Formats: sequence, structure tokens, C-alpha cells
Amino acid sequence: MAKQLIFIFTLLVAVGVFAFTISRIISYFRFTRACFPIRNFGKRFRVMLNVAFGQTRIFRRPATGFLHALVFWGFCVILIGSIEMIIDGLFGTDKILKSLGVVYDIIMASGDIFALLVAISIIIFLIRRIFLHIKRFEGIEMKAISHVDANIALTLILLLMLSLTGMNIAYIDCQHRSGEEIAGIYPISTWLTALFSGISEEGLHTWFEVFWWVHIVLIFIFANILPYSKHFHVFMSVPNVFLSRLEPLGKLPTMDHVTREVKLMLDPTTAYAAPAEDAPVERFGVKDVEDISWKNYFDALACTECGRCTAVCPANLTGKKLSPRKIMMDVRARMKEKGPGMVRQGHEFADQKSLLRDYISMEELWACTTCNACARECPININHPTLIVDLRRYLVMEEAYAPGEIKSVFSNIENNGAPWQYSPEDRLQWAKNLEMNRI
Amino acid sequence: MADLFTRGEQPEYLFWVGCAGAFDDRYRKVTRAFAKILTHLGTSYAVLGKEESCTGDPARRAGNEMLYQMQALQNIELFSRYGIRKILTICPHCYNIFKNEYPDLGGNYEVLNYLQFLDMAIREGSLQVNADLLQKTPITFHDPCYLGRGNNMYEESRKILRKLTGNLVEMERNRSFALCCGAGGGQYFKEAEKGEKEVYMERIEEALRTDPKIIATACPFCMTMLTDGLKYKNKEEEVKILDVAELVAQALGL
Repeated sequence: MAKQLIFIFTLLVAVGVFAFTISRIISYFRFTRACFPIRNFGKRFRVMLNVAFGQTRIFRRPATGFLHALVFWGFCVILIGSIEMIIDGLFGTDKILKSLGVVYDIIMASGDIFALLVAISIIIFLIRRIFLHIKRFEGIEMKAISHVDANIALTLILLLMLSLTGMNIAYIDCQHRSGEEIAGIYPISTWLTALFSGISEEGLHTWFEVFWWVHIVLIFIFANILPYSKHFHVFMSVPNVFLSRLEPLGKLPTMDHVTREVKLMLDPTTAYAAPAEDAPVERFGVKDVEDISWKNYFDALACTECGRCTAVCPANLTGKKLSPRKIMMDVRARMKEKGPGMVRQGHEFADQKSLLRDYISMEELWACTTCNACARECPININHPTLIVDLRRYLVMEEAYAPGEIKSVFSNIENNGAPWQYSPEDRLQWAKNLEMNRI
Repeated sequence: MADLFTRGEQPEYLFWVGCAGAFDDRYRKVTRAFAKILTHLGTSYAVLGKEESCTGDPARRAGNEMLYQMQALQNIELFSRYGIRKILTICPHCYNIFKNEYPDLGGNYEVLNYLQFLDMAIREGSLQVNADLLQKTPITFHDPCYLGRGNNMYEESRKILRKLTGNLVEMERNRSFALCCGAGGGQYFKEAEKGEKEVYMERIEEALRTDPKIIATACPFCMTMLTDGLKYKNKEEEVKILDVAELVAQALGL
């Protein structure tokens, strides 16, 4: 009973802190703009199964991809066991799901095997991060704190796996020695029971309790650190994939309020017929975080800074300043900075800073070739180029700013319908002396 | 187009030449090559000639949505005046914008890229290429971003090239992994931002590592960028950069 009460108290604290963090993040979403509607649920489920659960994008880098997939699949299976622990903790039951029979055996067996596989993968990840200098984990946006953040999360996962295995070993050994039935099958832990052979039955009971509590408390701590860490992707990536933009990567979103204006320009007669617009004048493009779409912010929260985008970016590869990963990290950091002010004072809140310029420089913006390599590579379908173009839209349409050569392109298109200064009269030059079909 | 229209005739396809196809000296040859193929096939098509204008793509990707939409809405109006339903493009950027972006502004057409068109013609048997010409010539193909990643079109080009040569070699980064030539997003028209290297140099070096005789591509901007790279590498004599349309025209003896 005492255990139950302590557990309920711990759970309430964990859920309370978590709810507070999440409600704050949700409140920032109020300041983002609408973008695409969420339709096509069938297709979204397929994308989610493929990209999230099938880890198809991750496997584009087969070796590390495989290790990540093990961690992810392991996480999914072990999650079931964690849910069971919470139910047991709340109601004082003992392995409540064991009535599932064979299914339970399978879940526990795979969880037990995965615990080892995940632990091995995590150790390899830690070695990669700490001892090998992997270019993907470097870059101007990767500060010391980013590395600490990654290593804390990895260490926590490792401890979770060790405590889980410890708990399993103690459980099997206890049941075995007292001659009681073992619920579930634990291939790895059974094999490891030799480790505990010197411990008395009494001692084993204590060890079981210790591992149980360490494991569950670590889960609560982990869950509450995540929203402040790049590892928030543990929660955000599957929903982010589900909410993917389903359009071809080549397509940019159309700005409807520009269409209204252009139609008025092209056909002035409609100007009189058009009703006076009550809608507040919206800024063209993105200058700061209140101009981004909810999806941009979702992307930024889900980004785990793996750097696969930056590793394939042609600009970054050739030494330019642009790094798609940095764009996402900037969005998240800027919202963290400006969000609280906007919650207090609303949209009008200003702090003399903006996403554009203070976070993302001209040099970065104008280095993008919109080749979509970053978006294609992202394991959780983050779309960087649409945001980069939105930032350019603000510069060009609100500030009339663009590199000189690009401005000439604009005026050429306006004046002679081509990016160069050639006359439309010459458009048929290529067909000179060419025999054409006479239809 | 205007001529046909005044005669009350309607071609099946509008062949959209694009700015590079009309004005770029090198790419005019590609336009000619493809026009010859169309003539060879007896395809019913017309071009807009002087009435053709920019799709608005470079403006849009450089952030000028206003200018893009003005171009787009005027083009859409022109197309509806001529009753155009099917558009054939060479340039991947024109293809992408007609296919994916004009529909948002009310311009719905059946848009075909010439690679799809050629692939179809070969499959249907109406286009029979002479495979003896290039036989074992090593050819590598550079995927344009707006066909590949932009629109998931990777195999058409390769199917066509495999008809022409038994020696199609792939670069290390190919298909969805392909490296951009460095021209997209308005970069073609400006100096690159400060860096250690030009993107096209990185790509041409990769292409040359496959020891090709021909680097094939399917985009006017890729062609210019890669050609620049080839010049810097002093390999213009040994290696040729050709468009898929040129190779097909050659194999047809046109």
C-alpha cells in the first residue's frame, strides 16, 4: 500500500510537470500561421508506417540507420512493458498483462532481447559521439551544449536498458528460487541470472524493487527532460511524420493573399467590386517566429539535430554558411526566446530582434539552391526549403531586398518576360532553317 | 500557335520551349534536337514563339511571389485563350511549375516532361533508336533536382539511355542522392555565396570519377553549370556534356 501511495505521488509529480511544459509549448503554437489542412488520413497512415515505423529514411544510411532502427523498434516494444509497470504501480498488481498468454511471452521476450540490442547500439552511439570526430555532428550550430544534450539523453537510455535488464534478472531469479511461475519469457536475462547467483533470495527481492524504482523514475525524468532537449523527437517525430506535407517536394505553397492582390492589379475593374477587406493585413513571408506556420514550428520541435540534412546540402558541402539543421534549431531557439513575451503581451510583443538577421543571415538564405536534398534526407520529413523561401519572400516583398543580380532577373522578367535581357522577338531563333511539321 | 489558331486548328501539344531553350546558345541546339524528334514522330504540336514568357520560376524561388503570380496568371490566361490542355516541356523547372504550382492558380494541364514523352514513344515502338552508334560508350547521367527529388522522376532518363548504350555508369550520388549542380533557387543568376568551392566543381569531379565519355543531363541550367566545371578541369576534349534529347536525335540520325 505504501509503495502504491509513493508511486501515485511520483506519477502525479511527473505528469504535472510534463503537462506544464507541454501546455507552454502548445501556447506558442497560437502565434503560428495556418498552412495546409490535415486531410488524406489513409495516405498519412501509410507515410507514417513507412517513414516512422519502417524507418525508410533512416535506412538511407544503412549502418547507423540499422542501429537507430533497433533503438526505435526496441523502444516501441519496451513501451508496452513500461505501461504495464505503471498499471502495476497504480493498482498494486503484479504483471497485470500476463493474462495475454503467448502474446505476453512474445512481448516480454522481444523486450528482453531488444534491451540488450538497444544498450549495445547506445554504447556505439556514445563512442561515435565522444571519441570519433564525425563531421555530421559538427558545424557552426553545434555548440558544446548540443553535445552534452545528446550524451545525457543517450546515457539515460542506457541506464533505462540496464535497469530493465537488472529488473528482469532479479524477477526471474526470485521466481525461480521460490519455485513460482515466471510470467513471460526472458532469453537474455535468464542467461544473465548467473550474475546474481551470490545474492540471497531476500537480497534479490530488494534488488528487484531497486531496479523497478530506478527504471520507472528514470522514465519519468527522461520524459520530463525531453521537451527541453533535442531528444524531444522521441515524442514529436511520429506525429511529425503523420503531419507531413504530402505535396511533391518540388512544389512551393502558394500565397493566397498575393493572388488577391495580383488579380486586382491585372484586372483593375474588379477593384471596385471587391469588398473592403476586414482581415488584418498579413505580413508577406517570414520575418520572425510569429510568421512561421505551425508546421515549421512542429518541424523545429521534432528536429533531433542529426545533421543528415546538412550533410547532403550542396551549399554546406562546398563551404557555404547555410546549414538546414541550423535553420530548424534557430526557429526553436527563437520561439523559446520570444514565445514567453508573446504569451504575456500578445502578438504585439517586440524585443528588437527577429529570426531573420539575428538568427538567420542573408548569406545563409541566399546560398540555398532549393534542391530539396535536405527535405529528402530528413528521417522525419522536415521541410526546410519552404521556410527558406518564405524568409526570402519577406525580404523581397516587404523590404525590396535581394542580391543585385537577382533584382535584374526580376526586372528582366517584368520587362521582357525572361530572366535575361533578350527580346521576345528572338524567341524563335532556335527554329531557323529547321523543317517543321506543317499541320 | 497564333498561326494555327487563326486557321482554326488545334495542336495536341503545346511545346513550351522555355527561356534557356529560346535564348541560350548551347541549349538552342537541344531545342532543335527535340523539335526534330517531334517532327520525326509526326507529333501534332505548336510553340508560342514570341508570345511565350517566363513561367515565373526564378522569381518565385528567389522570393518574388508577386512577380511569379503575375507571370503565372498571364500565362494561364494565354493558355486558356488557345485552349491548351497538354504541355510538353524540356526544362525541369518549367515542368515542375506547370505540373505542381499552376494548378493552385487555376491552371490545370496535362504536363509531360520530354523524358516521359520519349520513354513512352520508345515503349510504344514509335521511336526506334539505333543502338549501334554509342554501343559501349560510357555515359553517366546527372539527375536534375526538379525531376528527381522534386518529382520522383528517376528512371525515364535511364531507360532511354540504356537503349542507347550498354554502358550507363552511375555516379556515387545518384537518383534521390544526386548532388545539385548549384544552379537552382536563383543561384544560376548570381555569384555563389562565399565558400570553399563551387557546387558544380564538386559535381563535375564526381561525374569525372566515373570515367565517362558523355555526361548526359536533362536540364539547361545543369548543362551550363557542368560545362563550366568541365572547362575548369580542362576536359572539354575528352568528355562531352549532352542532353538526352541530343543523344536520342543522334541515334535517330536526325
